Amino acid sequence: MSVASYFETMEYGPAPEADGEARAWLTRHGATFGHFIAGKFTAPHAGKHLATSEPATGKALARIAQGNATDVDAAVSAARTAQVAWAKLGGHGRARHLYALARMLQRHARLFAVLEAIDNGKPIRETRDLDVPLAARHFYYHAGWAQLQEREFADQVPIGVIGQIIPWNFPLLMLAWKIAPALAAGNTVVLKPAEFTSLTALLFAELSAEAGLPPGVLNVVTGDGATGALLVESPGVDKIAFTGSTEVGRLIRQTTAGTGKSLTLELGGKSPFIVFDDADIDGAVEGVVDAIWFNQGQVCCAGSRLLLQEGIAETFRRRLIRRMEMLRIGMPLDKAIDMGAVVAPVQLERIKALVETGVKEGAEKYQAPGAMPAEGCFYPPTLLWNVHPSSTVATEEIFGPVLVAMTFRTPDEAVMLANNTRYGLAASVWSETIGLALDIAPKLLAGVVWVNATNLFDASVGFGGYRESGFGREGGREGMYEYLKPKAWSGRKARAEPAPLPTASGAGAGFDVPPIDRTTKLFVGGKQVRPDGNYSRAVLSPKGRRLGEAGEGNRKDIRNAVAAARSAEGWARATAHNRAQILYYLAENLSARGDEFTWRIADMTGVSAAKARAEVDASIERLFSYGAWADKFEGTIHAPPLRGVALAMYEPVGVVGVACPNEAPLLAFISLVAPLVAMGNRVVAVPSERHPLAATDFYQVLETSDVPGGVVNIVTGDRNELVKVLAEHDDVDALWVFGSQEASTAAERYSIGNLKRTLVDHGLALDWYDKAASEGPILLRHAVQVKNIWIPYGD
Amino acid sequence: MTQSVFIQNPSPLAVQSPSPGDEHVHPLPRNSGRALEMDWVDDIRINLSAAERRVASLPGRRTVKKDAQAAWLLKAVTCIDLTTLNGDDTTERVKRLCAKAKAPVRGDVMEKLGFAGRALHTGAVCVYHRFVGAAVEALDGSGIPVAAVSTGFPAGLVPHELKLKEIEASLRDGAQEIDIVITREHVLTGDWRALYAEVRDFRAVCDNAHLKTILATGDLKTLRNVAKASMVCMMAGADFIKTSTGKEGVNATLPVTLAMLRMIRLYQERTGYRIGFKPAGGISTAKDVLTYQFLMKEELGRDWLEPDLFRIGASSLLADIERQLEHHVTGHYSAFNRHPVG
Repeated sequence: MSVASYFETMEYGPAPEADGEARAWLTRHGATFGHFIAGKFTAPHAGKHLATSEPATGKALARIAQGNATDVDAAVSAARTAQVAWAKLGGHGRARHLYALARMLQRHARLFAVLEAIDNGKPIRETRDLDVPLAARHFYYHAGWAQLQEREFADQVPIGVIGQIIPWNFPLLMLAWKIAPALAAGNTVVLKPAEFTSLTALLFAELSAEAGLPPGVLNVVTGDGATGALLVESPGVDKIAFTGSTEVGRLIRQTTAGTGKSLTLELGGKSPFIVFDDADIDGAVEGVVDAIWFNQGQVCCAGSRLLLQEGIAETFRRRLIRRMEMLRIGMPLDKAIDMGAVVAPVQLERIKALVETGVKEGAEKYQAPGAMPAEGCFYPPTLLWNVHPSSTVATEEIFGPVLVAMTFRTPDEAVMLANNTRYGLAASVWSETIGLALDIAPKLLAGVVWVNATNLFDASVGFGGYRESGFGREGGREGMYEYLKPKAWSGRKARAEPAPLPTASGAGAGFDVPPIDRTTKLFVGGKQVRPDGNYSRAVLSPKGRRLGEAGEGNRKDIRNAVAAARSAEGWARATAHNRAQILYYLAENLSARGDEFTWRIADMTGVSAAKARAEVDASIERLFSYGAWADKFEGTIHAPPLRGVALAMYEPVGVVGVACPNEAPLLAFISLVAPLVAMGNRVVAVPSERHPLAATDFYQVLETSDVPGGVVNIVTGDRNELVKVLAEHDDVDALWVFGSQEASTAAERYSIGNLKRTLVDHGLALDWYDKAASEGPILLRHAVQVKNIWIPYGD
Repeated sequence: MTQSVFIQNPSPLAVQSPSPGDEHVHPLPRNSGRALEMDWVDDIRINLSAAERRVASLPGRRTVKKDAQAAWLLKAVTCIDLTTLNGDDTTERVKRLCAKAKAPVRGDVMEKLGFAGRALHTGAVCVYHRFVGAAVEALDGSGIPVAAVSTGFPAGLVPHELKLKEIEASLRDGAQEIDIVITREHVLTGDWRALYAEVRDFRAVCDNAHLKTILATGDLKTLRNVAKASMVCMMAGADFIKTSTGKEGVNATLPVTLAMLRMIRLYQERTGYRIGFKPAGGISTAKDVLTYQFLMKEELGRDWLEPDLFRIGASSLLADIERQLEHHVTGHYSAFNRHPVG
C-alpha cells in the first residue's frame, strides 16, 4: 500500500514491534534451557526437554527442561540452604535485593515484554503496558514490606521454603505476585512456571542472578504437570502457593492434607459484570472489552458473565456489537491490535467446544467480524446472548474471549444471579448511583469488586477469591501474611498422648434423694434438640464417675446445624457494635454462673478448683476481649495508584465448623468460637469429645444472652466422625480443627468439595492461656476474608 | 486545480457531488435540529474514570507506521482549521496564513509522498470577523472556506442581538462557517432551555453557513456538563460541536473528546444526522493529532476522518506535521526553519 492508498482507505497498516533482542537471547541459549538452580542454569537430570511453540504461528520456539524428582530435590535443597542466610540478612538487606529486582525489570522492560508476547501470544500492548510494569511495581512494593517487616510483622516469622506453581496466562506477572512477597518475608522459592510459558521466568532468574540475588534464593524448575506434582509432594517444601485451575487446586489440597504444608490457592472464576440501568453504558461497554477481551479472555477474574438490567439490555447489546466491530485481532507483536493468540491449540479447542455447546443450548452467537491471521491459535471476540443460568456456558469457566449475557430485574436479583456460582473471585458493578453501587459491592461473594471498572490490579491491593476460587490473598498487607507464620505458633509440640479412658464406676447414690436428671442435648438453631439418632454417650470423670451423658451427634445433626447456621445469615449484617454487646453479655452471664462452670470443669477434668476457676476467668476475659475486637478488627483503605480507593473490607467467612481439643474444655471452646462470632460468622461447634459438658452447659448462657438462634450450634459426639461430615459438607465455608493430627488431616483432605478454608493444628498443642498464641488477630485473621472493593472516582 | 477534499470521500449518505464553484455545499444531509427533548439530556451518564481509562489505553491499541502514518498525517492537514485569533492580528498576517492554507506542505515533500499535482489544502482558515473579508479574498478560487469566530468570542457575554448581528456581518463578508461560543452560564446553571434557544437563534441566522458550536469545555469542567451541552447544541441544529476557544485554561482533551463523540454517535442513532467534531487548542504535535484521529475512527468510524466531519483547530500543529512528513520521505529528522511559516 502506498501513502496515497492509505490516504483513501485510512487503514491502520502493520505496526510490528521489533523482536531482535528477544530472538538473540534465545539464540544465545541455543533455544534450549536447563533449570535455574542455586544461581545457575543446570541441565535436567534425566536429560529430557519439552518443546514449546509460538501460539501465533505454531512455530517451535524453545526447548525447556523437564524436571524430575532429582531436579526438584536439588532445587528444594538449594532453597533450603539459602533460606537461613536469606532470613538472617534482615529486612533492609532483602529490601535492597527486591529493589534491585524492580530496577532490573525496568531496565529490561522491553525484552521481557517482547519475549512474553512471543511466548504467550498476548499483545505487546498488554505485556508492555500492564504485565511488565505491574510486575516491577510488585517488587517495589514488596521491597517496602521487607524494609518494614521487623516493625510491622514483629510477631511473625518466615515460613521457609516455598514451592510456587504459576499458570500460563500472566507468566511474568504471576511470577512477581508469587516471589516478591515470599522473598520479602524471608522465604526462599522454588518456582515451577507453566510448561507453555516458561521463558520469561528463566530470563528473570538469569537477570536476577546478574542483579546480585544470592544463589538458591530463587530457583526455577521447569516441566509439565508431573514436575509440579513432585514439587507439591516434596517433603522439603513448607508451603505451596498455586495459581491455576480449580481441578488442580483440589488435587494439591488433597496431596498436601496432613503434611503441615500451608497452602494458597488462586483458582478459577466466572465473574459477574453487572450493569444497572443508571450506568454509563458506553463506559460499561468499554469495561466489557477490558473484562473479557483482555488477554484473550484467559484471565481468572475475567468478567465473563454479563448481567444486564432488563430495561437497558437491548441498548447495551447494540452498542456492544458495534464495539466488537472495531476490535482488531492480530499478531502479538503488532502494536495496533486488541487481541492476540490463544495460548495453545488445546485451549482453542476447549473454547470452540464450549461455544458450540452454548449455541446448542440456545444462545445467540455474535463474533467480532475483524480479520484474523490464517495460521496460529486465534479465536474471535464472542458474545453469547440469551444465555440462562442453567446453560453450561453460564457456569463453566471458558477461559477464552467469550462473554455470556443474561438479564435481571432488580438489584436483589442481580446479587442473586451474581452469587449463583461455585466461584467467587471477582465482580464488576456499574452504576452511577453511589448508594446502589456501594450497597451491591458488599453483597457480592467475591474477593475483588470493581465499581465502574474492571481488571484493575495493584501490588498494594490483595487479590484472591471466595468459595471455590481459592483462598489466600496476593498483594497488600493481607498478602504478606500468606508468607509468614506466627512466632507464637512456631514452637508448638505435639500433644501428649491422652490418658487412657477411665472405666465407668457404676456406683449410684443408693437411697439418697437423687439430683434431678438433666438431659444434655445438642444445641441447633437456638434450640436444645435431641440427637437425630437418639443415642447418648457417657461422660466420665477421670476417675470413671459418671457425670452425665452427651448426645451422640451424627451426620444429620451436622446437616441440621449447618442449615441453621446458614439461615442465621443476618448475624453477618448485624452491626459490629451489636455483636460486641452480645459478646460482653455472654461474659456477664458466664460470670454469673462461674461457680457452676468451675465445678463442672473440675469434675470433668480432675483439675483443682482453683485451676478450674482460672479457666472460667480466662474464658470470661476472652469473651470480653472479642467483645472489644468485634468493632475494632477492621479493614483498611489501600491507596493504589489511581484517583480512587480500594477498601479492604473484612467480611465473615460464613458458616464455620469448629472442632475443639480435649484440653481446656471451656476456654478452648470460647477461644475458637468467640473470634468467629465476633466477626459475624455462624458456627457449628463440636466440643471437647471427652469433656463436652462445659460447652453444653454454655448453651444456656447463649440462650440468656440474646445470641440469635443459629449463630452458635453445638453438636457433641465422635470428633473425627463429625469433622469428616463437616469437611465434606459443601455448605460449610471453613473448618477449624484443634486437638488431633488425624482430624486435622481429615479436615484438609475432605475439604476439597467446595475448597473450604481450613485452620488446623496438626495435633500440635496450643497453650490456651497464652494470649499471644490463642487470642486476637492471630485467630481473627482466619475469621474473616478480605474483600477489596475498588472505587475509582471523579466527575 | 481547486478540487475540494470533500469529494475524495464519497459517503453513502452523500446526496450530491459538489460541482465546481459550489465546493462548500455540505455533501451530507444537514442537521436540521429538532425540538428540545429533555429526556435526552437527563438520561446522560458518563463516568470520568472509565472515560479516562478508555483514552489512556487507546494509544497502546492503535498506531500507524511508515506510509500509513504519512497518509494519516496528510489527512490531518486537510482537517486543520488553520487559525489565528490574536489581538495583534493584521490583514497581512491573515494573508500569510491563507497562503499557507493553500499550500500547507512543501511541493517536493508532496511529490515524494506520491501526491505530485494533487491539490491539498487545510480544512479552513479561521479568523475573527474583522479579517473575514481579507481571508475570503486571499482564498478566492482555492475552495478553502473561511470560518469566523463569532458571538462575542471568546467569552460570549455580549448582548444576544449583537451576537446575531455579528454572525450576519461575517456572512455578508463571505464567511461560510461560523464558530459560535455558547453562554457557559446556561450550562453551569443547568438552563438547557436557554442554551437551546440561544443556539437555535444562531442556527437560524447562519442560513447556509455551517454552525460550529464551541462549548468551552474547560469552563464546563465535568464530562456530564460537556455531554449534556453537546446534546442540546445538536438538537438546536449545530453542524459541528467544538471543544474550546483556545482561550480557556484547559483546551481540547481526550476525555472531553470521548464524551462529545459518544454524544455525536447517540444523536446519529436517534436522528440519523451526522454531526462533525472539532477539537481546538492544545493539539500541537503529530503524535497528538494521530491519537485524536484514532479516537474518531474507533468511536465514530472512517467517515469522521474527513474534513466534512472532522476539523482540528490549531496554529502550530501544521509545522510539526510538516517536519514528520519530511522525515518520512528523507529519513532525516527535520527542522522548523526548513518549512515555510503560515
